[in-house]
Amino acid sequence: MLDFYRRLYRTIRPSSGDGDEVRADGGVVSDGPATGPPTEPDRDATARLKAALDRRFGSDFMESSIFWLPPFLLMGLFVYGAVIWNLLISLTDYQRFENAPDYSDLDFEMYTRALADSGFIDAAVNTLILLIAFTAGTLAVGLVLAILIDRGIRFENSFRTIYLLPMSLSFVVTAQFWLWIYNYNNGIANSVIGTFGLGPVSWLGNQDIVLYAVIFALMWQFSGYAMVVYLAGLRAIPREHYEAAKVDGASTLKMYWRVIIPQLKGATISAAVVLMVFGMKAFDFLYSLSGGYRPPNGADILATKMVREAYANLNWAYGSAIAIVLFGMALSVIGPYLVYEYRRDNL
Amino acid sequence: MSDSEPRTDGGATTIGRLRRNLDRMTVEGAGLYVVLVFAAAFYLVPIESGLVTSFKTGTAIIQTAPFAPPGPSGLTFEKWQTAIDTLLRGMGNSLLYAVPATVISAFVGSITAYGLTIPTWKKSYKAVVLMLIIAGIFIPYQAVLVPLTQFWSQWAQLDQVLSFVWALGIDDDYVGIVELVITHVAYGIPICTLLFRTYYKTMSDEMIESARLDGATLRRVYRRIVLPLSGPMFAVVLIYQFTQIWNDLLFTLVIVSTESSPAAPVVLILAGLGSSLEGQDFALRMAGAFFAALPTLAVYIFFGEEFAEGVAA
Repeated sequence: MLDFYRRLYRTIRPSSGDGDEVRADGGVVSDGPATGPPTEPDRDATARLKAALDRRFGSDFMESSIFWLPPFLLMGLFVYGAVIWNLLISLTDYQRFENAPDYSDLDFEMYTRALADSGFIDAAVNTLILLIAFTAGTLAVGLVLAILIDRGIRFENSFRTIYLLPMSLSFVVTAQFWLWIYNYNNGIANSVIGTFGLGPVSWLGNQDIVLYAVIFALMWQFSGYAMVVYLAGLRAIPREHYEAAKVDGASTLKMYWRVIIPQLKGATISAAVVLMVFGMKAFDFLYSLSGGYRPPNGADILATKMVREAYANLNWAYGSAIAIVLFGMALSVIGPYLVYEYRRDNL
Repeated sequence: MSDSEPRTDGGATTIGRLRRNLDRMTVEGAGLYVVLVFAAAFYLVPIESGLVTSFKTGTAIIQTAPFAPPGPSGLTFEKWQTAIDTLLRGMGNSLLYAVPATVISAFVGSITAYGLTIPTWKKSYKAVVLMLIIAGIFIPYQAVLVPLTQFWSQWAQLDQVLSFVWALGIDDDYVGIVELVITHVAYGIPICTLLFRTYYKTMSDEMIESARLDGATLRRVYRRIVLPLSGPMFAVVLIYQFTQIWNDLLFTLVIVSTESSPAAPVVLILAGLGSSLEGQDFALRMAGAFFAALPTLAVYIFFGEEFAEGVAA
């Protein structure tokens, strides 16, 4: 029975149509594009509209819209509506205790102000350093851990659980731990390098070091995540590839470098995108580290500067302009990623 | 590796088995375990050091190593007492928005993903909707903060709409909790939808197809077939969302803003805990950090598998 309909569906399906996944369902047979709209004379306008929409978008478009459209609109309002609104505010001079921005006078003053603000340039540079160093470092550590764990070891689950544990903690919580570790007099960091005869180092007080200390702490928190993603990627590689490399006499190191790691491209890309986003959200960590809007000197990033300008200095429009720059940075990473996933039919 | 070889020692004694395992253990294998144990220590030491420090007196903090447990003379529960006293109301407030926001966003994500996966409509249009939704996961929230503040403070006068609630004697700062629920649901829709969609894509078509052929509406298919099969994914999404919402500081900072507010969530109070003019009270900070992390730690310990699945998707 089902097969009959499926065959029927395939034969009547227009060959040029870019319909959805092949799915033979009743709706297509009764009022799908191929059979044409039902021609009952007493249909009212809304029904005709519905039929027209269904013809344009696919057979279940109208009936399914009640499921996805309201949440989509809510999300669209809060995400895209807010981003557009934010763009508008960034073009005004909105500041202080004015009740609402004055939208009658729009210009790019806030953006020129940002370019002339050395604090903004520093924050932008720090953001880039943080994103690149944090993402690359975390991916490397995660890959090594995943390869080690994938070698058929005992207690695999226990190790995995331990490595992923920091990720379940809030930035606010982990910031407290690292504040203690980086403490000048009693912290672990200084006692560890002290055994090698180095230090003590003022990890959070030295402007040249603090950003890397923060990156290290973030790597601690998220390398377990990279490990989980890589582990899933490794498990998807057929065993024969390992065996073929072994037969060819490749050393273990060479096998991973030449054969296995190139196949982890997909895992690397998706993990890198997520990590970069986490990096841009490092605001929570830096805020908790100093207990206020001003992060330790030398660790200011765009995310913290934006919130500080808007909520501490009440420069709302300036904060919005910084936010738009941050959004642009995020978009330059996400946009290509989404296109890549769409091309791979992975959406 | 030792455990991949066939076992022939069914009734062997523990010592015998241990010896055989040791014999099979190569230098390389031993090195592997050493590295793994070192890595485990690296991940655990910050947490362990925080835990022991939270039980130390002021002098014990200076005299003992940061990762060593306090001696009997340096042991105190006073910091935990203070931390619990300070943070308990925050825990209640956090639960008040984290639980509803988690449940609602998981449910909404499920129906959104269903509407975008199972029904048939043109793929190219679907892809646009999906792209917009998925891009929503990666938006830096800074880009929506100022409008969000404007929206809640100037446009949506929720505190006036809810005036009947304040008449009952509830502090009107609790409007922040309602705003947090709506905000977290709206920004949680993208990730919940994506998680459910990856699950629904792998769902077997057979049953859904035949139900549709029998004339079942989409609503009926969802209620009778898809929803009952979504249990495992609901576990994943609920755990992921709860952890995210509980841990988030940015929205609470912007919407509730002050830690002295009666509606202040736990993360907001914790961020300012233990710092005073005299210096930082690390034992108190650590106790507070652990207390605030208890719910997410409990979730992680009991549902680690689901958590891993959620983050890996």
